[in-house]
Amino acid sequence: MEKIIILIVLITGVIAIAQLVRVYELTYKLKNRGEHEIPNRDNNLNAKLMLGFMMFQFVGFIYLMLKYGWTGRGEPASLQGVETDWLLNVNFVIIIAVFFITNFLLFYFSYKYVRKPGVKATYYSHNNKLELIWTIVPAVVLAVIIILGLKSWSDLTSGPSKEAEKVELFAYQFAWIARYGGEDNTLGKFDYKLTTGNNELALMTSSTIDSSVQEMGKAIANVEEKLKQVNFDYLSSEYRNLMATSDYKAAVENLVTEIASSEFNLVDAEDLLKHLYAEHTGAHGHVDVKLNQPNAETQSIIGDLEQELSTKERLYRSLVQMKQNHNADVDKFALNDIVQKDTLYLCKGREYEFSFRAKDVIHSAYFPHFRAQMNVVPGMPTRFKFTPTITTAEMRVKKEDAKFNYVLMCNKICGGAHYKMKMIVVVYPENEYKAWMSTKKSATFKDQYFPKEEVETVSK
Amino acid sequence: MSSVAHDEHHHEEHFVSKYIFSQDHKMIGKQFLMTAVFMGLVAMMLSILFRIQLAWPGEESTILNVFLGDAWAPNGIMKEDMYLGLVTLHGTIMVFFLLTGGLSGTFSNILIPLQLGARDMASGFLNMLSYWFFFISSLLMFASLFVHEGAVFGLQIGDATTSLPGVWDGSGPAMAGWTIYPPLSALPQSVSGSGLGMTLWLFSMTIFIASSLIGSLNYIVTVLNLRTKGMTMTRMPLTIWAFFVTAILGVLSFPVLLSAALLLMMDRMAGTSFYLSDIIVGSEMLANHGGSPILYQHLFWFLGHPEVYIVLLPALGLSSEIIATNSRKPIFGYKAMIGSIMAIGFLSFIVWGHHMFVTGMNPFLGSVFVFTTLLIAIPSAVKVFNYLTTLWKGSLVLTPAMMFAIGLVSTFITGGVTGIILADSALDIAIHDTYFVVAHFHIVMGMSAVFGMFGGVYHWFPKMFGRMMNTRLGYVHFWITIIGAYGVFFPMHFVGLAGAPRRYYNYSVYEEFDQGALDMMMDLNVIVTFFAIFAAIGQALFLFNFFYSIFRGPNAPQNPWRSTTLEWTTPVEHIHGNWPGDLPTVHRWPYDYSKPGASEDFISQIEPLAEGEEEH
Ligand code: HEM
Ligand SMILES: [Cu+2]
Ligand SMILES: [Cu+2]
Repeated sequence: MEKIIILIVLITGVIAIAQLVRVYELTYKLKNRGEHEIPNRDNNLNAKLMLGFMMFQFVGFIYLMLKYGWTGRGEPASLQGVETDWLLNVNFVIIIAVFFITNFLLFYFSYKYVRKPGVKATYYSHNNKLELIWTIVPAVVLAVIIILGLKSWSDLTSGPSKEAEKVELFAYQFAWIARYGGEDNTLGKFDYKLTTGNNELALMTSSTIDSSVQEMGKAIANVEEKLKQVNFDYLSSEYRNLMATSDYKAAVENLVTEIASSEFNLVDAEDLLKHLYAEHTGAHGHVDVKLNQPNAETQSIIGDLEQELSTKERLYRSLVQMKQNHNADVDKFALNDIVQKDTLYLCKGREYEFSFRAKDVIHSAYFPHFRAQMNVVPGMPTRFKFTPTITTAEMRVKKEDAKFNYVLMCNKICGGAHYKMKMIVVVYPENEYKAWMSTKKSATFKDQYFPKEEVETVSK
Repeated sequence: MSSVAHDEHHHEEHFVSKYIFSQDHKMIGKQFLMTAVFMGLVAMMLSILFRIQLAWPGEESTILNVFLGDAWAPNGIMKEDMYLGLVTLHGTIMVFFLLTGGLSGTFSNILIPLQLGARDMASGFLNMLSYWFFFISSLLMFASLFVHEGAVFGLQIGDATTSLPGVWDGSGPAMAGWTIYPPLSALPQSVSGSGLGMTLWLFSMTIFIASSLIGSLNYIVTVLNLRTKGMTMTRMPLTIWAFFVTAILGVLSFPVLLSAALLLMMDRMAGTSFYLSDIIVGSEMLANHGGSPILYQHLFWFLGHPEVYIVLLPALGLSSEIIATNSRKPIFGYKAMIGSIMAIGFLSFIVWGHHMFVTGMNPFLGSVFVFTTLLIAIPSAVKVFNYLTTLWKGSLVLTPAMMFAIGLVSTFITGGVTGIILADSALDIAIHDTYFVVAHFHIVMGMSAVFGMFGGVYHWFPKMFGRMMNTRLGYVHFWITIIGAYGVFFPMHFVGLAGAPRRYYNYSVYEEFDQGALDMMMDLNVIVTFFAIFAAIGQALFLFNFFYSIFRGPNAPQNPWRSTTLEWTTPVEHIHGNWPGDLPTVHRWPYDYSKPGASEDFISQIEPLAEGEEEH
């Protein structure tokens, strides 16, 4: 309500201005002055306001700097973050200097050189030396920025060391799942086509492939069944209509029920119906039946089902191929992977090699406190490394916030609940991390995928 | 004085051919301006709505309910999807419809023939076509705001309620950000706006691109062929240079966006896999394999980056002219300015990768883009220094246009320097897609380019409408706008440095892990929204002034700003063919202000050199 009132007040203000404009124009007319002739009073006033605005800009900037600092995210919590922040500060010093100097000159000149009676502007059209200087100086400064920047960039993107612990982050609308390499520190292979109810990360092992092939086979049969049903419904209703008024009505109904409840395929069913129709028309042998096209709705249902079928058949073929090519030796890498939801646990001082995978659309893994970010792209794995250096407990003390946590946020627009797509990150000291890891020994992918069954024989 | 106009132009015109299907560049320019102002207002309104959501998340707001209705803001609480829809349309309209169509479309049309001494554009008919394509694409984009359950304005196109939405179904406008990255934009199942809303977006942009291409080709041909006698390339005002290079950028880059959009349409409608690979959306497993979402980003940004200069260069061109005229001095370093414009134009084609540092691109490729991007800062710096030197020892007349031009220089500096941070790939990792980026590109586009546009309107209003705008209202408008806009965009840097991602509906997740950061963001968000409302209301002054002056403003003299360029030698009354009688002949460059020895402080370009006078 308040806002509406404010709005009304402002609208009234605008109307008042309209009136003022009228009055102002009248006085101009009286003085016989054109709107394009800026009076000295206005000119000087605005020149002073320019200086005033400069003060507003500078003071506002300094105030914001002092109050909110230039890295509101707090101290960097990773080895890489320390380097990033150092570089950021160097760059900030340079650009803030440029910001103050050039803005000062701009507003000061606007104030100083405002038109004064009797003073003519200086005709000064170019000066090659001056222009050369201010081409070269920025070029040199930029060279420094580029060199420092590229050095850091190559540090940040260089490959991780061999010992780095491998963790995969899997993104989907709208959450994250982490997967650790397990005891062998090797992530098992995956293929999105293997996604099933109990294999949401689509890991690739002999048995997940088998069950996917089976499931896909079943799904195909299911769609075929549906398609058959729709076709048959259409066919039977057409014949029903053709013979609706005759004595054959009951016979048709009987036949339709009989066909529907038996194993007839569509061709047989059509033959039978045609036969009945031939009898009905008194013709013997060949009859030409003209059926109506299925209506638009049926057509679109059939179209959708056919498309679904062809998609599933394509997927099925690739799955069968996958099965043929699969080497069961790699199963073990997947079976001991550890799947972790809700919270990502990391160890202080240990280097991590993250690989990223998306299920549906692009997401972005953003760890603001570690100064790390990488897009997560469907169909295109990406990777990134960093080494946490401050535990959660230590950071809580530094930030004087007992509830503080590190976080992994989604930073690429990915749908309605994008803003809620996050995962808490906890950095443990080594001993606690090991303790946590040992509780996970019996929570591997194998334990989840074969909850009750006997241990699968991992070949060789 | 216009009675001596060429006979063939001297006939009564119908209302339709004069005001609607006009082929006169001046009228077409005004049509572009009006359409763009309308679209700009729409986009501004959208931003106020989502700023209200950001400042007071979860609070019931009558304003939201009034504008978004029960479907999108039941009980005055905005829905998540709509937030994204508003952001997307805001960005799209501002970048393409206000700044590309409005700025380049308006001023290229009005000024190219007038400042070059041409009777009209090379092809009046294509020029008209360019406007009408722009108009249709504006309508489609506007209509997409009203998509609901597969219908738009009550016209049912797709299924009203369907569990498997297709490209004609769904509710709301496009919701994938103004960059519409697939797969989000390609899969109607992934967000409600990726159905009919996105389809309209793509159709609209396709038509928009056609408009832009036709327009740009026309500008290029006109500049190359229709310069009047004596108007060599190096006697052209910097405005024309800017429009010329802008048009070249448009012709080279928009077709790439067109192909990006066409491929996206095929992925959406024809089952192709250009941008799709290995996807499960909802519980639906797609068979698409082998495409790359990153391919789209390359195509998009190959346009996207030149696009930011397509909106900025015309603004710089206009302000060069305004600053020289109102400093009563030649623009400093005319040749260097042309060189910078061309360097910026060229470099803008080889920097697009700086939008993609964290897509997993090859680090070496990233390094190349860092290098090229930072190179752009050199010609940009040259331009700033040249502006400063132009002001130095001038005799400044602070017209509203001049104030906006000075404001442009300030924001170009402020926004440009943060570009240096973003261009440094090592730093971009930490701030990519945060509010820091939002602050950066709003200060350059939302402020610099818009200031250029305002400056242009104030300066050339007398040429466009034959009347003067009210100066004092212009001053108030300027001060509200610059204070408001800085108040909006400056604090955003700090929100971004605190790590706040952009395109978030609210920041409530922070409650779970960092209350301190949340408090800071909310503080700043409220301040930002306050300034946004303040600045938006200030625009009412402009609108009032604009429309009031069109009808009631005092009549304009022929050359109100005592300018040297050719447009001010035409009569105030618009006539077909621009000049009664012969076209003017040009004898000198456009910046002879306060030349020593001259009696006036400006010498028109049509004035022959005096005996013994050097050109410059
Ligand atoms: C000194 C000159 C400039 C440099 C070095 C520069 C650099 C950059 C960089 C590196 C980014 C990507 C940041 C990121 O996504 O993390 C960016 C974003 C952006 N810049 Fe600039 N820029 C400059 C001038 C401009 C100008 C003049 C405009 C507009 C007229 C502009 C508009 C934009 C826009 C719209 C984005 C955001 C794109 C998005 O949605 O992610 N920039 N700039
Ligand atoms: Cu996401
Ligand atoms: Cu760019």
